[in-house]
Amino acid sequence: MKRTAWMFLVIMVLILGWVNRVSAQAPTPSDDDVNAIARQLFCPVCENTPLDVCPTQACAQWRALIREKLSQGWTADQIKQYFADQYGARVLAEPPQQGLNWLVYIIPPVLMLIGVYILFRAFQSMRKPIPVETDETKINEPVSDEYLRRVEEELKKRN
Amino acid sequence: MSETNSAPRRGVPVWAQIIVWVVLLGLLVVVAFGLRRSQQRNVQVGDTISDFMLKFFDGYTYQGKTDVKLSELHGKVLVINFWASWCKPCEQEAPALESAWQAYESSGQVVFVGADYVDTELEARGYLKKFAITYPNGPDLGTRISQMFRIQGVPETYFIDQNGKLAYAQIGPFASEAEIHAIIDPLMKK
Repeated sequence: MKRTAWMFLVIMVLILGWVNRVSAQAPTPSDDDVNAIARQLFCPVCENTPLDVCPTQACAQWRALIREKLSQGWTADQIKQYFADQYGARVLAEPPQQGLNWLVYIIPPVLMLIGVYILFRAFQSMRKPIPVETDETKINEPVSDEYLRRVEEELKKRN
Repeated sequence: MSETNSAPRRGVPVWAQIIVWVVLLGLLVVVAFGLRRSQQRNVQVGDTISDFMLKFFDGYTYQGKTDVKLSELHGKVLVINFWASWCKPCEQEAPALESAWQAYESSGQVVFVGADYVDTELEARGYLKKFAITYPNGPDLGTRISQMFRIQGVPETYFIDQNGKLAYAQIGPFASEAEIHAIIDPLMKK
C-alpha cells in the first residue's frame, strides 16, 4: 500500500513536470498584445498613421511581424528597436532620446514654465492698487530731490 | 487727509523676455530646416552620389561579397532599383529588370542592385522568388539609402555612371526592357 502510494506520487510528479513543460511554451500573442506594441509604432509608408490602425496590406504584414517576434519571446523594447533599425527611427511614436531629439522632451515643459511665469506676472500686475497713505506733514517736509523742491516752491507761490 | 498712490507696475523681466524670444527663434529655425528638407526634390541628374553600402539578403552576392559599396563600382554603370513586395507597380517592371540584368551581366560593365524599401524579409524573399530575381538585392536598413536619394515612393530606379554621377532617374515602373537598354547603352559608350 505504502509502495503503491509512493509510485503514485512519483508518477504524479512526472506528469506535472511534463505538463509544466508544455504550458511553459509562449502562448500565441493576442491581437491586444500585438496592438499594444503596434500602437507605439507608425506605419513606415503612410504618414502619421499608427501601425495598429493602418488598414494597408503592408501594415498587416508588419503587425504579423510583431506577432512573430512576440511568439519568439522578444520584448516590446526589442521589437521597437528592430523596427527602428529596419525602417528608421521615424517609425517610433516616441522619438529616441538622443541627439536633437532631446529638444522634443525639454522644450515643451520649459515653454510651459515660462508661460506660467508670464501669466503669473501679468495677473500680479492687474491686481488692485495698494493704497498708500501720505500725511500732510510729509508734503511739507523738505524734498531731497532738487527738481521736486523747486516745483513745490513754484506751486506754493502760485497758490 | 490721505492720498492713494498705486504700487509701481512691474512688467515681465528682461531676462525672461530674452529667453522667450531666443526659444521662439530657435523653434522657427528648426521648423525652417524641416520644411526645407521636406520640400527637397529627388537627386538631380549630374549630382554626385554619396557613397553608400547595401548589404544583401542571404543567398545574394556580388563578386563573392555579401554587400556592395558605391565606391567599389567606380568605372561601372550602377543601376539601383528601389522596390517593395507590397508595391504593385514594382511587379510590372520586375521581369524587365531581370531580363536587362541578364543581358548586361556578362559584360561586367553594368551592375544591377535592388534596395528593398520598408518591407518584411519574408515577403521580400517571396517577391524575389516569384520573379526569379538574380541580381543582388538587400534591405534598405533604416531607409538610409532611400533618404539619400530622397525617393518619393517605389518603384524608382537610378542610373549612376562610371564617375559616380547620376545619369538618369526613372520615377515609376519601366514599361519595357527596351527603355532600360535605351538608358544604359549610351552610358556604356562613354
